[in-house]
Order: sequence, then structure tokens, then C-alpha cells
Amino acid sequence: MKNRRLAAGIVLASAGAFLLVAPWGLKPYGIFILSMWAVMTIAAIGLNLTLGYAGQISLAQAAFVGIGAYITAWLTTKGWPFWPTYVFGGVSCFAVGWVLGYPALRVQHHYLAFVTLAFNTLVYLIFRNEEWLTGGIYGISNVPRPSVLGWSTNSPLAFYYFCLAHLALVSAATWWLIRSPWGRAFVALRENPIRALSLGVDTRRYTLVAFAIGAGLGGISGALYAPLVQFIDPTPFALGLSLNLLLMVVLGGSGYFFGPFLGAIVAVLLPEWLRFTQGFYLMGYAVLVIVLMAFSPTGLLGLADRLTRPARRRTASAAGVPPEPAAESEATR
Amino acid sequence: MRRSKFAVAVATLALLAGAAGAADVKMAYVGEISGSIAVSGGNFRDGVILAVEEINAKGGILKEKIALTLYDTQTNPGVARSQMQKAIDGDPYVILGPIFSGNVKVTLQMVQQAEIPDFIGGEAAELTTLGSPYLFRTSFGQQIGMPKIANYIRDDLKAKTVALIWVNNDFGKGGRDKLIKELAARNIKLVADVSTESGQVDFAADVVKLKAANADAVFVYSNEEECARIMREARKQGLKGPFVGDTTLLSQKTIELAADAANGVVGHVGLTADAPIPAVTEFTTRFQKRFNYKPDHNGIKGYTAVYAVKYVTEKKLGKFDRKALAKIMHGLTITPQEEPGILMETTWDGVGEIDRISFLAEVVNGKQNISKVLPKLGR
Amino acid sequence: MADILQLLVAGLATGGIYALVAVGFTLLWQTSQTINFAQGEFVMLPAFFVLIAMGYFGLPFWLAVAVGGVVSVVVLGLLFKKWMVDPMIRHGVLPLVIATIGLAILMKEMVREFYGADAWPFPALAATTDVAVLGAVFSIQSLIILGICIAVVAALQLFLNGTRIGRCMQATAQNPTVARLLGVRVERMILYTFLINGALVWVASLLITPIYLAKFTNGEWLGLYAFIAAIIGGFNQVRGAIVGGLLLGVVDNFAAAYISSQYRTAIPLLILIVVILFRPQGLLGRVEERTV
Repeated sequence: MKNRRLAAGIVLASAGAFLLVAPWGLKPYGIFILSMWAVMTIAAIGLNLTLGYAGQISLAQAAFVGIGAYITAWLTTKGWPFWPTYVFGGVSCFAVGWVLGYPALRVQHHYLAFVTLAFNTLVYLIFRNEEWLTGGIYGISNVPRPSVLGWSTNSPLAFYYFCLAHLALVSAATWWLIRSPWGRAFVALRENPIRALSLGVDTRRYTLVAFAIGAGLGGISGALYAPLVQFIDPTPFALGLSLNLLLMVVLGGSGYFFGPFLGAIVAVLLPEWLRFTQGFYLMGYAVLVIVLMAFSPTGLLGLADRLTRPARRRTASAAGVPPEPAAESEATR
Repeated sequence: MRRSKFAVAVATLALLAGAAGAADVKMAYVGEISGSIAVSGGNFRDGVILAVEEINAKGGILKEKIALTLYDTQTNPGVARSQMQKAIDGDPYVILGPIFSGNVKVTLQMVQQAEIPDFIGGEAAELTTLGSPYLFRTSFGQQIGMPKIANYIRDDLKAKTVALIWVNNDFGKGGRDKLIKELAARNIKLVADVSTESGQVDFAADVVKLKAANADAVFVYSNEEECARIMREARKQGLKGPFVGDTTLLSQKTIELAADAANGVVGHVGLTADAPIPAVTEFTTRFQKRFNYKPDHNGIKGYTAVYAVKYVTEKKLGKFDRKALAKIMHGLTITPQEEPGILMETTWDGVGEIDRISFLAEVVNGKQNISKVLPKLGR
Repeated sequence: MADILQLLVAGLATGGIYALVAVGFTLLWQTSQTINFAQGEFVMLPAFFVLIAMGYFGLPFWLAVAVGGVVSVVVLGLLFKKWMVDPMIRHGVLPLVIATIGLAILMKEMVREFYGADAWPFPALAATTDVAVLGAVFSIQSLIILGICIAVVAALQLFLNGTRIGRCMQATAQNPTVARLLGVRVERMILYTFLINGALVWVASLLITPIYLAKFTNGEWLGLYAFIAAIIGGFNQVRGAIVGGLLLGVVDNFAAAYISSQYRTAIPLLILIVVILFRPQGLLGRVEERTV
């Protein structure tokens, strides 16, 4: 057990060091991709909270990223400084998530997926059709990059560290949340909502909070996406991104803290590495996704979990609940 | 049906992979190989590949072979930005594409900062107003085509009211916005404004709306497949014309898919593989032989761009100089006598806007017939 | 009046197709808890099987259609079940959902890369003439499509209710454990639903591709509308899928004609949201009990 902890710690430390040092050896393109990875991880962390911890399937995350992005793009191109727009974006998405979740979370999982899917498409249509508000299909160009305490983040490297800092902040906040009583309530919700209810956990309230926080994180991710790409139009925020984020969370390991990080690596970096295959890279990516799901439905971290832990007897799991590693793994998640 | 597409892909890969050497001239195609406008991006790319292969077979530009690298933007601005960055990192001589106007906008600044000439396929009007001295079109902006059509509607069709059906993406909306302005300036009333989705199949409801409008002319502005479906539905419901369009409504692909429904359709054609110009016809034949499908106007765009670069570099510069290339391009006219690869006489103005002759055409018995040749605007 | 009739018939015809696709989707869900995100692509593909049979192998149309049907049932039914659903279904719904998302991408890209990104014409099963009734013009095709959809669904209902195998399949859907105890070969019944889905998507493909044209993006919106139809009608009832599909087709057409066309695609989504929130079991569905 201690060895696993030590191993995990070493892996974490080296990953952190790598993230800090890597961009020095990369061209602007590589730095851009890493920044995109960081931004998408934030959105994936939000979805992981909603899906992995609270057990709710949401296909609306792209809409929240879009709302955050448009708010930031719209305000910063009108001269507002970055910080208020970023806070405003996160809070607005939290609020929208709350309002959406209130009626939507009454229905069961697969139905929620469809409601959130419908919401995402509706939001995309609003982005596209309401030209007076969002620039419509023409989008908003020349989104400026913020300056931090007088230092501009215009250069690829500076903006990368800016994104990385936000990722660190969001990770720390989420870690604290998971460790808190709130986090344990979320896990109870996922494992067995009816039992949680019988124990006095206000499932509706907690589910709603998880959903809203997940949405808020999506908004923050969007607020960073806007100055990263510097041009916002409706195309990236359609259903495809929601599915991609879902992919990231499940591939990385839904419910594992570092799942989104790994999942975002697969979803953002892998297609880039596969690009040498020209027209075949999306096919290769799709095959990898299918194979991974077949061999390790608990994602990459689930696979790592299975490989590194010595063979133990599994405690009997409730009928119908997928054989997740039992409570003892809670400490390592 | 494309036979041995796989073999073609492998051959192309081999060509591109093996080509790069230290003394080669690098070109980058950053375009829409997948995603919603994969057809247009694919055509443009294949036009570029054909030109590169032909030029390399004759020794290249200034004795250096062209090494072409392809980058796929997936018709997504976020991806376009990263792919353009990757392309720029590779230090190309010129960049070809993107075709999707949104992708052009998102990459404009970084291409300008890198000072690399970019021959785009995008037709949105605003692209040449954004102030980049490195941007060059390969076909008319919509602000050139639409006045010509509006004149045609006013003078030839003598229509006082127009019903408009358009596809809701940057191509369709841009055209619609421009056309509405031009029609208003000519006192022609817009009596129906019907938007459709890209990839839409069922147009029954939309044609019902057009019928209710009872206009003197119906303007159809969408992608080839949708144009074909719209025409079929229109004929079925007995919507009376005349039906006017620009390029897509009268293309060979539309005619093929719409069969008889396309007969009688008229419109403006900026660039077409069916132009009654021998150079274009020969190009179409060579393209068809190489790729097993007939090119659309995007193929011509890609092809002529590469030859423009060759001409300027060899005949005007005598060396590889990106900044000088861009400077000379402004105000330059290239004729087919000087450079056969340019296919038609082309002029670029001070903002990278293009000027060529264009055509008015009509579809008769399943073929596109050119009825009039419209001269260059001659600015 | 003619307009309303026009829209109604067009809506019913499109709705019939949504119904066919939704029925297959519903069957898979009922018997094996499979949510197939690639259902739209399943409908896109058989047309290409037929085109390849005609183009590459030079078969005449009707033979190619038959070959396409066999290939659909085997690949999209049997192989899909064996290679994809069986290994993953034990782990719960979500991994399979992700895998079918991946499958949808794979199928689309394979068609785009190996066949082409264009749209190709596809021969119609019957005459493409039009007929004028009460001032409205319908294509014979629309009527035939509607007719075939109704016939297929009626046959399916007959099969499910009237034959022993059909009733075994229903038993499997309602309670697999008890069905197994009663001697129903549950695995075989599940296999049959997959094979039936393979056949249904083949029929749907033959009906829509002459109008849609064969293109790799055909599956995108179709899949979505099929899900919506299935849910509106009732996810656990085959009859529901039919009602849902027809309703969706008609409402979509009328909404496009009389309400904003820019928000046309929003109307089915709004209906979906309303149905899920206020009547989650769908119009015809039974309320699903949750096991504690």
C-alpha cells in the first residue's frame, strides 16, 4: 500500500516537472496543443465531478464551455479586463447549470443524457442564429490575451503558464471538494442513490450542486479557450465537443481524480500524434477508443488500478452495479 | 465510384513523404480535409497536388522541387489554429488554404505575423477587409459576385421581388447578407427569406414557404446536394421560377443529382470546370484522370494558386522571397499566355481581392450552357 | 389546404423512416440495455454495401440489394453483437455508449476515406413519379416509404405477439432472469433482436438513400431524430417508436413551415425536453420501475 502511494507520488511529481519544463523544448505549435490540453482538462474535471462522482450523464458540457467562451470574448473585445469576465463566466454557467439541473435531474440517467443533449443543441442554435448577441456564424474575432499584474500573456509560452496555473488552481479546489464531506456525499450518490437517500443525504441538493459546479468549471474552461484561440464561432461548441469531453472522462477513468488529465491527453494529444497517418487518424483514434473500452471499461486509471494492485477478493457488489473496485480503493481515488 | 482510392492515397503519401529534401521549396496546405466541408477542402487540395506534381515533373520552381505538406483543419477553428501554427513552424514558402472562412479568420493574424503569403479558398466578403497584406484570394469574394447577380436579376430577369432560400453556414449567410444589400440598392423587394440547415434533406416545408411568397424570381444559395434536393422538391410542388443561383446551383454535380429538375435554372458562375475555355477543359480532363472524379471550382482554385506562385517566383523575382512575393502580387495580372497554369487571366488588387471574367449560364438538357461572358470589373 | 396536405404527407413519409430506425433502437434497448449511438451510421452504411456490390462486383441492382441485406444483418447485427456488445455490456451502459460513439466515428471515416466524401445518387426501389391529389403533389416514393414502414412494423408486431419466438423475445425484454428460469434461451433472443435491427436499418437505408443520396454524413441527424422519436413515443414499447417517429416527422415539417426556419431543429428538441420532464416514459410507454 505504501509502495503504491510512493509510486503514485513519484509519477505525479515527474508529471508536474514535465509540464513545467516541456514547453521550452517545443515549437509554438506544441505549446499551443499543451495549452489546449490544459484548458480541456478543466472542462473534463467539471464533467468528471458530474459524471464520475455524482453519477449523472451530462452531454451539455460543451454548451457551458461555449457560454463561458462567448462571455469572455464578447466582454474582452469590448475592453473589459479579463478577470471579471472569467469570474462572471464561471458564475453564469453555475447558475445556468443550476436552473437546468433543477427540473432535469428528476429523470434517470439515460434520460438526462438526452435532455442535456437537447440543451446543448439548443444553445448551439442560439449561438449561431442570434447574430446581434454572438456575432452569429461570423463569430467574434481578435479576442485579446489578458495581462497578469502588468505582464502580457500574448506569447505562446506565457499563455501556456497562465493556463497551467488555472489548471493547478482548479485541481486544488476540486481535490479539496472531494476530500470534504460534500465529496463523500457525491460518491454516496453515485454508488447507491437510494441507500444514500435512506441515510438522510439530500440527494437532489447534492446532485444539483455537483451538476452546477461541473457546469461552472466548463464556463471557466471556456473563459480560457477564448483568449487561447482568439476567435470564437459556434462550430466548436456543438454536440461533438460534449461527446469528446464524455470520452475524455470515461477513457481516463470516470470517478478517478486524475482521470480527466489522462483522458484529455488521449483526446487532445493523441489525434495530433496520429496525424502522420493523414486521412486515417480519426479512424485510428476511434479504434483505440473502442479497444480501450472493451479491455478496460473503467478507463486508463482503472486499468492501472487493476494492474498494480495484488489480486484480492472483491466484496460482493450490489446487483446491477458494475464491478467497481470496492471501498478500499476510495482512499486512492 | 472511385477505384483504388487507397492506392491513390498511398501514392500521394509516398510522393509527399519522399519529396522533402534540404534544397526543396516547402509549401503547406492547411485546409478542410475532414469535417462539414470536406468535399470543398478535398477538391482544393487535389487541385494543389495536381499542380505540384506537374511542376515537379518539369523540374520544380527555379530548379527546386516542391515539398507539399498537408494539414487538416477538420472545419474547426480551434483545430485550424493549431494546424496553421504547426504549418508555420515548418517554415513554408507559401500557405494554401483554408477554404472555410471561419478558419481563415482565426489564422489570419498569425499568418500575417509570420509574413507568409497565404492563398485562401474562402469567399466570405469580409476576409479582404481585415487588413492582411499576405492574404490572396483564389476566387471572387461574395461582394464581387453578388452585384453581378443583382444586376442580372434586375436587367435580364426584370424581377421586382425575390424569394431567397439559403444554407445557414458562413458561406450561405455571407452570400445572403450581401445579396440582400445589393437587391435593396436596386429597389428589388425580398419577399421570402428561408434558411435551411447544411445537410438538410427534406425541403417540403421550405418550398411551401417559397410558394406562399409568390416572387418574380427564386434565388437558391446552398451546397450542391441541397441545391439538387431543393430543385427536385420545387419542381414536384410546382413552384414556378425562374430559379437563379451562383456557381453551386449550376454546377455539374448539382445537375447530376437533380436530373431533369435542374433544367431551366440560370445564374452567375464565377469559376467552373465547365467553362468554354480549352485550358480549363484540359485541366478538368487531367484532374479526372489523376483522381477519378470531376473537379469543382475549388479544384481550379487550388491549382491556379500554385501556378501563380511559380510564375511570380520564376519570372518576376528570380529567387524565393516571401515578402517580395506578397508585394508583387498586389496589382499583378497573370495571363494564360505568360503562364498556362493560371488557366484564365487573373488580376489581384491591393487587398488581395481577385478579378477575372465570369459567366452567366443556364442549364439546358442536363448541361451547363454559358450564355454570356461577363468582363472583369477592371479595377 | 393543399399545402397542409403536402406537409402532412411529407411529414408522414419522413416520420415513417424515423419510426423504422427508432424501432430498431428501442428493440436493442429493451432486450439488452444497449444504447447504440451509431444507429444513424447503421442506416447510412447498407446503401454503401449495395453501391460497392454494384460498382466493384458488377452485380445487378436487385442482387446487390439482397447482398447488402445479408451483409447488414451479419455485420451490423451479428458481428456488432459478438465483437462489441457482448464484451462490454457486463460493465454497464456507459462504456458501451462510448464505444458506439467511437464506432460511429469509425464507420463515417471509413466511408469518407475509402469511398469518398461526395454524395452519390442511389437507385430508387420504385418509380419516382408524382401524383396530384386535391391540389397537393406527392411523390409515389413518399407513399411507398410510408407503406413499407407500416408494413414492416405491422409484421414486427405480429411476430412479437403472435409467434412463440416473438413472445420469448418480449419475455427477455421484460425480465431476463425469470425468462431464463422459464427456459427461454435468453442469449439467442438477444441475438435475434440484433439481427432484426440489422434488417431494419437495411430497409431504412434502401428507402431513404434515393432521396438523401449516399453520403457519409447521412447518419448524423438521422440518429439523433431516431433517439428523439424513440423517447417521445416510449422507450420501452415498439408501438411507441412508431407513434414517436410519425409525430416527429409531421411536427418538424409544420414547425419549419409556420414557425422560424432558423430554429427548425430546435422544435423536436423542445418537444423532447417537455416529454422527458413531464412524461418520461413517453407517450405510449410504461413507467419503468427502479430496482432498489
